[in-house]
Amino acid sequence: MKCRTCRGPAIIDLPRHNANFCAEHFVELCRRQVQKAIDYHRMFSREDRILVAVSGGKDSLAVWDVLGELGYRADGYFVALGIGEYSEHSREITENFARERGLNLRIESLREDHGFDVPTAAKVTGRVPCSACGLSKRHLFDRAARDGGYDVVVTGHNLDDEAAVLFGNTLRWDVEYLARQMPVLPAEHGFPRKAKPLVRLGERETAAWCIVRGIDYVIEECPMAAGNRHLQFKELLNTLEESSPGAKAAFHAGFVDRMLPLLASSDRKSEVHRCVRCDAPTGGESEICAFCRLVERTRGHDAVPVEMLLSKKARRRAASQGE
Amino acid sequence: MKVLLRNPRRDLELVGSRRVHALLAELGLSREAHLVIRNGTLVPGDELLGADDEVEIRPVVSGG
Repeated sequence: MKCRTCRGPAIIDLPRHNANFCAEHFVELCRRQVQKAIDYHRMFSREDRILVAVSGGKDSLAVWDVLGELGYRADGYFVALGIGEYSEHSREITENFARERGLNLRIESLREDHGFDVPTAAKVTGRVPCSACGLSKRHLFDRAARDGGYDVVVTGHNLDDEAAVLFGNTLRWDVEYLARQMPVLPAEHGFPRKAKPLVRLGERETAAWCIVRGIDYVIEECPMAAGNRHLQFKELLNTLEESSPGAKAAFHAGFVDRMLPLLASSDRKSEVHRCVRCDAPTGGESEICAFCRLVERTRGHDAVPVEMLLSKKARRRAASQGE
Repeated sequence: MKVLLRNPRRDLELVGSRRVHALLAELGLSREAHLVIRNGTLVPGDELLGADDEVEIRPVVSGG
């Protein structure tokens, strides 16, 4: 296979572009796609202060890396979730990435700063771990952006993530969630602006970006996420993509360009008020936000080991990852 | 050919050479969900992997 641009030996084939690329021109393609997403959706400018939500995974490190390459000012923010060795490894990888590149990284720990962790929250509330994880991260990213005076929070959501979420929201015809599934969410009611500059890159491309750029990232899957619905949707969409290259991009781009404008009138966020505990904006009926309620329920509870929440299959998988 | 698989991590020893796409198909792995790395370098789908190559098959799907 030859690179579409220079006819040199290719390192990657991208069926949805009907093209192959060498390392140099693959990196160029990714930069161009990210810049296009930022410009087309008016995500932010080079004057904006950007806070990147980093996890140590390929997507968040790739987006932090590419923003620097493109000349944007971006700091990192990492939340230690307390998911055993997985979280410790993720933190180490993220710290190394920031140190090697001279980037600013702030770390917050659920256990040390808020008295609980994701496995304990899942056990105490009886909800899936991904729910407590997502709730905590959203709350803390929002607060870090407000407190730090950042203009925008950037996340590493890629095309596959967005297509899978869109697929799930569509299966349920969840009009409220669909109306808010935008590549950039404007700042409103005290919530910061949120942007997803990787929406034009698939996760095969973000992983390849990391490999080509020599970025060490967490390859292991989160032990708590194994078998979740999101992964099932991705598998279905990848089966479709193999027989019909470009299907995921067309599904997502068509939604953004043609459906989101029609759904604009459906985006009725419920009345927002301030949490009486932490002063964060919150949309629920309770005077206390969901994060403070979670802290209240879980703080002081004995820490629940990750293994206690895993199925036998997941325990075997976790053990083999640690080998 | 030595093949490293991830999630869960395991090693395979395969006899003979084959192309990247054929290797993934033989192992029942989606081309959309994996990258193949030989000696630290990515290789495209039609690349011929030699009988003595050491290869890593890297899954790219994350579930956050």
